[in-house]
Amino acid sequence: MPDDFNFIVGGEAGQGVQSLGFLLAKVFVRGGYHVFADQDYESRVRGGHNFFRVRVKKGEVSAISETVDMLIALNDETIERHRGELSAKGAAVFNNEKSTFGGDKRFFGLPLEKLAKENVGNIVMSNTVALGAALALVDYPFDNIAKVITEFFSNGKVALDNVAAAKAGYDYIRSQPRGDFPQSLAPLAEAKRMLINGNEALALGALAAGCKFMSAYPMTPATSIMQYLAAQEKKFGLVMVHVEDEIAAVNMAIGASYAGVRAMTATSGSGFCLMVEGLGLAGITETPLVIVNAQRPGPACGLPTRTEQGDLQFVLHAHHGEFPRAVLAPATAASAFWTAVKAFNWADKYQLPVVILTDHHLASSYYTVEPFDLAGVTIDRGLLYAEEESAGAYQRHALTKSGVSPRAFPGLSKSLVVTDSDEHDEWGHLTEDANMRTEQVRKRMRKLVSLHQDIAPPLRYGPEGAEITLVGWGSTYGAIHEAFSILQKEGASINMLHLEDLWPFPTEPVFDTLSRAKKSICIESNATGQLARLIRTETGLKPSCDILRYDGRPITPAYIAAAVRKECR
Amino acid sequence: MVEIADYAGLEPAWCPGCGNFSILKALNKALAELDLEPHQILMVSGIGQAAKLPHYTRGNVFNSLHGRALSPAIGAKIANQELTVIAIGGDGDGYGEGGNHFMHSARRNHDITYLVHNNQVYGLTKGQASPTSDAGTITKTTPEGSANPLNPLLLAIVCGATFVARGFSGDPDHLTGLIKAAINHRGFSLIDILQPCVSFNHKNTFAWYRERAYKLTEAGGYQQDDKNAAMIKAQEWGEKIPLGIIYRAEQPTFEDRLLVHGGQALVRQSIDPGRVRELLNEFT
Repeated sequence: MPDDFNFIVGGEAGQGVQSLGFLLAKVFVRGGYHVFADQDYESRVRGGHNFFRVRVKKGEVSAISETVDMLIALNDETIERHRGELSAKGAAVFNNEKSTFGGDKRFFGLPLEKLAKENVGNIVMSNTVALGAALALVDYPFDNIAKVITEFFSNGKVALDNVAAAKAGYDYIRSQPRGDFPQSLAPLAEAKRMLINGNEALALGALAAGCKFMSAYPMTPATSIMQYLAAQEKKFGLVMVHVEDEIAAVNMAIGASYAGVRAMTATSGSGFCLMVEGLGLAGITETPLVIVNAQRPGPACGLPTRTEQGDLQFVLHAHHGEFPRAVLAPATAASAFWTAVKAFNWADKYQLPVVILTDHHLASSYYTVEPFDLAGVTIDRGLLYAEEESAGAYQRHALTKSGVSPRAFPGLSKSLVVTDSDEHDEWGHLTEDANMRTEQVRKRMRKLVSLHQDIAPPLRYGPEGAEITLVGWGSTYGAIHEAFSILQKEGASINMLHLEDLWPFPTEPVFDTLSRAKKSICIESNATGQLARLIRTETGLKPSCDILRYDGRPITPAYIAAAVRKECR
Repeated sequence: MVEIADYAGLEPAWCPGCGNFSILKALNKALAELDLEPHQILMVSGIGQAAKLPHYTRGNVFNSLHGRALSPAIGAKIANQELTVIAIGGDGDGYGEGGNHFMHSARRNHDITYLVHNNQVYGLTKGQASPTSDAGTITKTTPEGSANPLNPLLLAIVCGATFVARGFSGDPDHLTGLIKAAINHRGFSLIDILQPCVSFNHKNTFAWYRERAYKLTEAGGYQQDDKNAAMIKAQEWGEKIPLGIIYRAEQPTFEDRLLVHGGQALVRQSIDPGRVRELLNEFT
């Protein structure tokens, strides 16, 4: 039984690539495997070439592989494009009704549409026929497959038809000569793990943290966050407003937060451009705010359905003037959940905007994670104004030692809550007084001192004093960590430093590791090495070299390992 | 019993004789007469001379960015529907910079009141043409004359606002009545208030408006709930300018959906992370 098995499901948009890929992933998660799955699709509703990679391992996995063990081709283009990625023992399942392929003994053709039509009277379920065929090839028990399909489709008739479609594909392959394909994947011990993508995990984190309000405008790859929360409105007592633009989105969330509820918005880079104005409004009015920027390649429309880490320096500096902010970049789906919880707590505790910086790869890839331990979710609403000795005494922007002024919520007491986008005095009324301006700037910036103590140190792996130190941030974690393991197994003297809490910058631990590193390699999905620049600015240390990828595709373990070997030859 | 004195705020920094003074007076009077206490009110304003108003009265105040009064006002209303939310700003703020929010706030029929001090000119930046300047208005930024003006009343009706009125700062008693009616209305209510700018608009003066303005209630026979008639009436401008409620309708508001939460304000609801457990099961 192989320890690392990769499927690619490919076809046109509209052929059901996504649901086939998801079901395949779900089957193996249920079977006790760890699965990582990512989606590669074009910015179109029909046609084109889309594929869904499903990587199945016995141990933890959070990166894709570049080799393919089984190709599930819903069209010929999938075979043409991915044939070269097949491993030596790799096989393919394809639709032989319209295909010229079939010469290779490990290419298993079957009439997908005919089987779908004969068995369930609907060629729409050709994708499910292919699912059954692929799983038959790896000897996966059909009952386990049927169970997952039945649960996936809430409609009983649709579920039954899909089970029948899968069975047709399954039986067809079982009736054929097995050929030269010896690999099988049997279920392991039953496990109750979640199969969840970064956006879903982040949205769940927001719900757990008590987010009651979201305003947003659809933009790939952030849209599924707003859709997920909108679907939970009734059950969870929250409101999601699909607004007219990102300017309204950020300002509406600020208004809701000012009124006392936890509020968020989510977008991608060019939507974030429109939100920048609101970022500073949250800054000067000291209104808690959580903004998700799920990055995609820019500038402008860039590559709408692809991935990049090109916004780091942008979100660190966005808006004019100076005010405190926090920037967090979760590494995995599990981390996205906990990052959301932390972001809401920090926003309230320090009364500032917190940016969660994800990207298409994290947002839309599926990770296998243990169910989140909800007992570990703490809620910190920060310093609240104690009512109500003298109602007229409340100062929203009182000058305090910590820089944090107690919050009151409008309408919940007789205290009047006054704030202003202009510079203001302690009461929140606008002022041009030079001393008050200085005091209010200092007060706001003082919050960073305490916030600095809350930031988590970067993740560190491998021995101290290694020859090579790999440095990364955010969603490239899985790929870098796997490359680190590969190189370590090859005998390299190597360690790894990965940042999730990016701002305030964890200067001491980064300096501590990098000042002792012999050769540090910064690995990023951007063209200019934005983390490397940040490290230089904050620590005075210059990483030795970098490995950058900015073609819109996720960076892979093999890509990194090859570049490190070359770099260090 | 709430008194006008309860609404005494900071001293205004407006020009002597500014049309804003009587709008402030009318607002304070309306709030006192509605027996609303300052802590029950949230005023959200943008940027401009009009947008300074909340500092000169009393209440909860969110003085937002230029053009961005409506969005935070709506967010706050949804968070706590117990608040009486009044958005305040000028014509440049609301119809220029904030134009998109104006259209869509009207469309979604949010249950807030929007007071626009319309002086047909930019005051704070000193005398440039605004979206409502009369066609051909010559200013430093429009040396060849400004383009055709936007009609805020017509736009509001077309976009779906359910209370659309025009007031005049030269008639604060009438304006007080309009503000009270607008606050009592369920849904998006706009009062476009003719507000002479004594420093930069020497055409549309108190005297100019007084010669032309008349009250719809005194004209007789006007039906406020007739949308087509309202769209025609909203276009009346020049020799005669109608004051009063141009259009009023009862329609579901965006905030009606808050009733699904048992009517309890979002801000009063507790946070329970454990409730997410049932969702986790959907992913296993």
